[in-house]
Amino acid sequence: MLDQVSFFVVSAIILIFAVMSVTCRRILRSAVYLMFVLIATAVLYFMLGYNFLAAVQLTVYAGGIVVLIIFSILLTSQISERAVMVPIKQKILSALATVAGAILVLMVVLAFNFKPSTAPVAGSNLLPVADSTMVQALPDSTTATITNPTVHDIGLALVSYKRDGFALPFEVISILLLAAMIGAIVLAKKEKLPANTEISDNTNNDSTL
Amino acid sequence: MIQSIPLSYVLIVSTLMFFIGIYGFLTRRNLVTMLMSVELILNSVNINFVAFNKYLHPQAFEGHFFAMIVIAVAAAESAVAIAIIINIYRNFKSIDVENVDQMKF
Repeated sequence: MLDQVSFFVVSAIILIFAVMSVTCRRILRSAVYLMFVLIATAVLYFMLGYNFLAAVQLTVYAGGIVVLIIFSILLTSQISERAVMVPIKQKILSALATVAGAILVLMVVLAFNFKPSTAPVAGSNLLPVADSTMVQALPDSTTATITNPTVHDIGLALVSYKRDGFALPFEVISILLLAAMIGAIVLAKKEKLPANTEISDNTNNDSTL
Repeated sequence: MIQSIPLSYVLIVSTLMFFIGIYGFLTRRNLVTMLMSVELILNSVNINFVAFNKYLHPQAFEGHFFAMIVIAVAAAESAVAIAIIINIYRNFKSIDVENVDQMKF
């Protein structure tokens, strides 16, 4: 009962602040509302038992990305500036399309019969061995014996190159982050071209802002 | 903790969040707010991955790791997107998509 109440509260926070984030006309406020949505999502991950993922969500999303967005808002517009909104006709059409899509997807999702898989993952040597044996011994309490992944399991799985390891995605993500970091630095760097007067004019104006 | 919450509740929340993000993407004209809508969409997809992993395959890690990878990709994407937005602002003095039409054919 308490779980359901807290789940409904978290869902209401997520949905209300998501709507406010996409409809608020002040850009900085909508960034703060987005931060509330991301924090509430981290709470949802905590409720589902994935503590490490919730911590990653809090640090990377609610910490890093929101700060990046707020910095870019402060760099590109005034704080009190109102966002330019589209005409009301386009807004109504977008709302209609969105509601139609949401109803369609909800009908499909609610009609589908999701069945939890009871078979243990074949060849998994990273997971705790106690799970499969205890599930076979106590078939009634399968959900109670499933443990949440600890940081130890996650770290082992991230660097393992065996069947259930994630070493390849880990390395690919590392290279992607490095490339994105270098690319962002190169893109955002001010150009120093004295020959091109137009660009140097723009940079001079920027420095006075 | 999750026994009293059916899977469909989580899916309803993530579906509504996804379409709120799409609505924001369609109605916003500011590049930063469009990026924020994309973050909403990515976040709702993450909730789906985590919920399917937790409810349907609790022995496996795949959804958990996919959500972490999506978070990393979102961080990289927003860093590059904000660099591009700042560059656009330097050249056009505005980040409204209506004003940035110089490359339009």
